[in-house]
Amino acid sequence: MFGTLSYNKQKTIIIVSFLLIPLILLGTFTYYPALKLVYYSFTNWDGYSPEKPWVGLDNYKEVFSNPDIFKVFTHNFAYFVMGLIQNIVAIYFAVLLNSKLRGKNAFRIMLFLPYIMNGVAVAFMFGYVFDTTNGSLNLFLNSIGLTGLGQTSWLGTETLVNYSLASTGLWRFMGYNMVIYIASLQAIPRDIYEASKIDGASSLQTLWRITLPNMKTVIQLNLFLTVTGALEVFDLPFVLTKGGPAGASQTYVQRVVDTAFAFNNYGLASAMSIILLFFVVVVLLVQQLVLSRGGDK
Amino acid sequence: MTHSKFRLTDFFKYLSLLIGVFVVLFPPYVVIINAFKSTDEFNSSSSMALPKSFLNFDNFVAVFQRGGLLSGFGNVLVIIIITLTLNILFGTMVAYVLGRFSFKLKPLVFGAYLVATVIPSITTQVATFGIIKNMGLYNTLGAPIVLYIGADVIQIILYLQFIRNIPVDLDENAMVEGASLFKIYRSIIFPLLAPATATLVILKTISIYNDMYIPYLYMPKQSLGVVTTILMRFQGVNSGEWNMICAAILLILLPTVVLYFFLQRYIFEGVTSGAVK
Repeated sequence: MFGTLSYNKQKTIIIVSFLLIPLILLGTFTYYPALKLVYYSFTNWDGYSPEKPWVGLDNYKEVFSNPDIFKVFTHNFAYFVMGLIQNIVAIYFAVLLNSKLRGKNAFRIMLFLPYIMNGVAVAFMFGYVFDTTNGSLNLFLNSIGLTGLGQTSWLGTETLVNYSLASTGLWRFMGYNMVIYIASLQAIPRDIYEASKIDGASSLQTLWRITLPNMKTVIQLNLFLTVTGALEVFDLPFVLTKGGPAGASQTYVQRVVDTAFAFNNYGLASAMSIILLFFVVVVLLVQQLVLSRGGDK
Repeated sequence: MTHSKFRLTDFFKYLSLLIGVFVVLFPPYVVIINAFKSTDEFNSSSSMALPKSFLNFDNFVAVFQRGGLLSGFGNVLVIIIITLTLNILFGTMVAYVLGRFSFKLKPLVFGAYLVATVIPSITTQVATFGIIKNMGLYNTLGAPIVLYIGADVIQIILYLQFIRNIPVDLDENAMVEGASLFKIYRSIIFPLLAPATATLVILKTISIYNDMYIPYLYMPKQSLGVVTTILMRFQGVNSGEWNMICAAILLILLPTVVLYFFLQRYIFEGVTSGAVK
């Protein structure tokens, strides 16, 4: 029956019927909540009562005037630092594994392995590694003679805890970045390298003048993901330290989740979410600007 | 002269790679050796010492009995099967429409998917929570399913790349023979997208299996635990008994790691073709 319709009619029917449910899903679970969030951010809704009293910009004022809330962002800074290191290490290994080397496939497989591992299991695994008295990291440090370091409480020291947690993130996601960098390296035409070799370029010059510029777009994409990832950290500290000791490892998103679900302050939590969303968009825009300035692509 | 210089740089290359592999394997190694120790043995031996026997499966048995891990595997399997069936269906449908037809709103549809990636889903959770509750899906397996089934932009890009490589001649020949556009989707496009679908099935399976946030927030009910939330509860109850927790960690890591070693080629393919575009 459907087949007897003209192809133009069929086309309309297919377009509408094939897109209907997917677009409803996209709207319901992405755009509608985002709009709802904007609305909630102007109320002091507690999450369950039927009325949602309008308070205007009060929540935003609260976020910006309460130093306690913004201070949490400094905890996210550790994830940003580790994210940068992660990208540098990933580029290093990618360049290495793209050169002539024995067993590079095996190395690639091993270094990517953490990425597919269950995040909660990884968190507890590191909980054990970092354990002060029973932990294998301290035991290992002692065994190689670093006894001074071997007493450290990696997750119990306020100045250290975020870096310890963030290094877990580095461990888990370095391989992912590496694989993406390898793919972008393989897309660089080989003859550019041959030409530079004939011109007598050193390997460092080749890296600086040919390899890195050609990876620019992918590096930028990964840096965007690093920055936004650092802003959005949630699961590691949530699972491993519950934000402790004394709130030192609480991240911004964790704070948002607590504000909403533990303290029933949906309005304030929504405003905090919108501000985070705003930062993510700013990062993206700044990057687009820099990208088009640098502009050969 | 130059010969020995080459060897030195090679030496440092391999050394740094071996250090990398050591760092990757050290935590899982520690977990593996301690998962096989009895509590007495665990307390009396160093955490780096090998267990007396790798055949001591008591901890694993205990984890299954105490932790309800079996139902966790069951729940996550149900979620994965239903989610992926619908997700693949919707993903291929959207890609077919975007890849084969031109219409006025096309850029808008693709743009909507693109912009959606910028919105961190973790921030909108406060509002999503209300929607799930109103739909009556809170504390049911339906909650994670509806949240996972929507196609994402990476999936659509992946499919679009494959569709571009399917010659339009195939469609046209089928049309000459009088096939409907739906039949073209069903018997040409959908089957020829199978390689991309296979890669997506692997990647999505891993990401759903590993997700903690959605099950934690939307299915707090004891009987609806998935492997991640069960591990969290198990650790809470047995904190300090690291040999038990190690066994639980190992049991949960095992499926994806095994899957990975068999299918790593497709995993790399999916990760890179989604990201490098």
